[in-house]
Amino acid sequence: MKIRTFAAAAAIAALAITATGCSGGTNSGSSDSGGKTLTYWASNQGTSLDNDKEVLTPQLKKFEDETGIKVNLEVIGWNDLQTRIQTAVTSGQAPDVLNIGNTWAASLQSTGAFMPFDSAAFDAIGGKDKFVKTAMDTGGVPGQDPTSVPLYGLAYGLYYNKAMFSEAGLTPPTTWEEMVADAKKLTTGDKYGFSLAAGSYTENSHFAFINAAQNGAEFFGADGKPTFTSAGIVDGISRYLDLMQTDKVVNPANAQYDNGTQAINDFANGKVGMVLSQNNADSSIASQGMKNDAYGVVAFPAPTGGKDVATMVAGINMSIFKNTKNKDAALQFVKFMTSEATQGVLDKSFAALPVLNGVKPSFTDNAEEAKTFADIYANKSKPLPLVAAEDQFESTVGKAMNQMFAKVASGGTVSKSDIKAALTTAQQAVEAAG
Amino acid sequence: MSAVSASTAVKKSGAAAGAPGGKARKARRKGWWLPYALLAPAVIFELVIHVIPMVTGIWMSFLKLTKMFIANWGNAPFIGLKNYAVALDFNSAVGMGLLKSFGITVAFTIIVVGLSWGFGMAAAIALQKAFRGRAVFRTLFLIPYALPMYAGVIAWKFMLQKDSGALNHLLFDNLGLPGDKPFWLIGDNAFAAVVVVAIWRLWPFAFLMLMAGLQSIPTDVYEASAVDGAKPLRQWWAITLPMLRPINMVLVLVMFLWTFNDFNTPFVLFGGSQPPAGDLISFHIYNASFLTWNFGSGAAMSVLLLLFLLVVSGIYLLFMNRRKDNA
Repeated sequence: MKIRTFAAAAAIAALAITATGCSGGTNSGSSDSGGKTLTYWASNQGTSLDNDKEVLTPQLKKFEDETGIKVNLEVIGWNDLQTRIQTAVTSGQAPDVLNIGNTWAASLQSTGAFMPFDSAAFDAIGGKDKFVKTAMDTGGVPGQDPTSVPLYGLAYGLYYNKAMFSEAGLTPPTTWEEMVADAKKLTTGDKYGFSLAAGSYTENSHFAFINAAQNGAEFFGADGKPTFTSAGIVDGISRYLDLMQTDKVVNPANAQYDNGTQAINDFANGKVGMVLSQNNADSSIASQGMKNDAYGVVAFPAPTGGKDVATMVAGINMSIFKNTKNKDAALQFVKFMTSEATQGVLDKSFAALPVLNGVKPSFTDNAEEAKTFADIYANKSKPLPLVAAEDQFESTVGKAMNQMFAKVASGGTVSKSDIKAALTTAQQAVEAAG
Repeated sequence: MSAVSASTAVKKSGAAAGAPGGKARKARRKGWWLPYALLAPAVIFELVIHVIPMVTGIWMSFLKLTKMFIANWGNAPFIGLKNYAVALDFNSAVGMGLLKSFGITVAFTIIVVGLSWGFGMAAAIALQKAFRGRAVFRTLFLIPYALPMYAGVIAWKFMLQKDSGALNHLLFDNLGLPGDKPFWLIGDNAFAAVVVVAIWRLWPFAFLMLMAGLQSIPTDVYEASAVDGAKPLRQWWAITLPMLRPINMVLVLVMFLWTFNDFNTPFVLFGGSQPPAGDLISFHIYNASFLTWNFGSGAAMSVLLLLFLLVVSGIYLLFMNRRKDNA
């Protein structure tokens, strides 16, 4: 009898373990029923995940001191972030507050998993009008309450090496044609005019967009349907590929650069004269030992007669998961993170542009660089398509560009009809998922 | 499967115990729940680990499970076989992509399993006779298998870089091959790269299994055949292979299934963006699900893959068993 009882107890214990195994960890984000603990997923902005923790922890401590709300921080690398968000949306095991790439805002909004910022929510975080319009435009689908608010502003600029330019007797380019001519002069021996993250699908999709926008072409029609194969897009992508294919001012080895840092390192180490990067490159360049006065920045130039689009509106937004049990605390936290005081500290550490009206850029001590980036961001930017399929555009078009660069790098040629065929495939994949 | 057969076994024994006499029946009434309670954990584990996820996956393949519905996927509309129709429509980009990926994976599997088996067999035979330093070789050969997958494949990723990689350095700088250093991880060479890395990972397993198998063959069989004048090749064909048959049957099947489903090797080797030449099917399905947020379509592709593997494995086992009966 004793043995039987023991066996039964063991069986029940095993049952209990299975049961808790299933339910364990649900809503780990908001386990504290008192509403005193928030979970926050931060995207990697600094030079490493640890660097992000070092920057954010004192701010979170300050927030806790002010409000009594503790914040559990997790910093997530860029390559993992999108998958982590998808998993969180699917499983419901989500943080209370998180960072998203602002270009994903409309896509993530369509999942319905994020809290819309209605007027009450905006009041709670200090009003919609405190944000720069360019940044606020990326919050979500136009005409609906946005599901994200701006946190860090970023923009692409064309970084150039001052010493290399003056040695070659060059001035910073103002048109695409000048840029290519400069790059050709800088390409000698093992040095190249440019480095590109030609194996990074996110960067590639951004430049597909920017080059197409310079031609006045759109990736999505007014009805939200993809229009990837229009002539302006094919020409824009062809122009960008030609930097490696026809102009030969980019080292074919760049086709393996699957993140922006590798291209920036080439620039900081004097291997190339120019690099296209977002303004947060400053911290990476400095970490490689290149001084701030050794380089200048101008807007990424459009071809003569093209539209003056130099960047998409890049940056990071903040969202609140709809099923958070700590909505008020979450709103307080968003208010804190988007306050002038916190922004001042974070913009400087992460080399970000201000997303608040009337705030001066603090990401660099170089006034000229700050002015250039502020101008690009406010006047020469265009948001990526604010449609639900935006992230599909990024992955399908970006990967198609990776493959085209790979083909060029390994000695093949990519014609305009090849580009059109690749874009047709990308478009069909987006349509099939729609 | 095991849970089902175990439960029938218990039912039988329970019925047998309850048959004779009132006393036994009373005992059965009193403790009737015990066998079920004892079995419950196994049944529940089986349900949780295998049955429920599989049924869920199959169910998902009939849903329009795009990002609009993943937050509350119970509400996703039922679209019947549409996901399958898209996956099998070879005139569209999605179906064509799946078909190409399938073809690449078949070629990949045949080459990787074939060569891994060959290397494993050669190494196992070479290390069969005792010699000085044999233990060192055995250990060396098993290193790729013992290394954490990620560490091993990342090391290959570094070695296969175009400009800074050890392979091109060896071929072009040390051995002085003419021409430009090629890319290994992008473009058409990517297929060769993923094949080499997969073989590197897999062959020690074949080696280990075959080495164990060889040790189970009695040496007097070889001695007798030597007396009859059999040469080593003949011995291998007439003795070794037939004696290893049971091991080879399982070994080849397991290696086939692992290799066909290999996700880790391409994922770590190529990062998030795989070159078309290295577009293996598990990785392809992952991309189809996660990059376009179309989990219904991804589930349909997974079910198709499962069906294919079931059919191939079934035919393989049938064929092998029949040959065994004939022998």
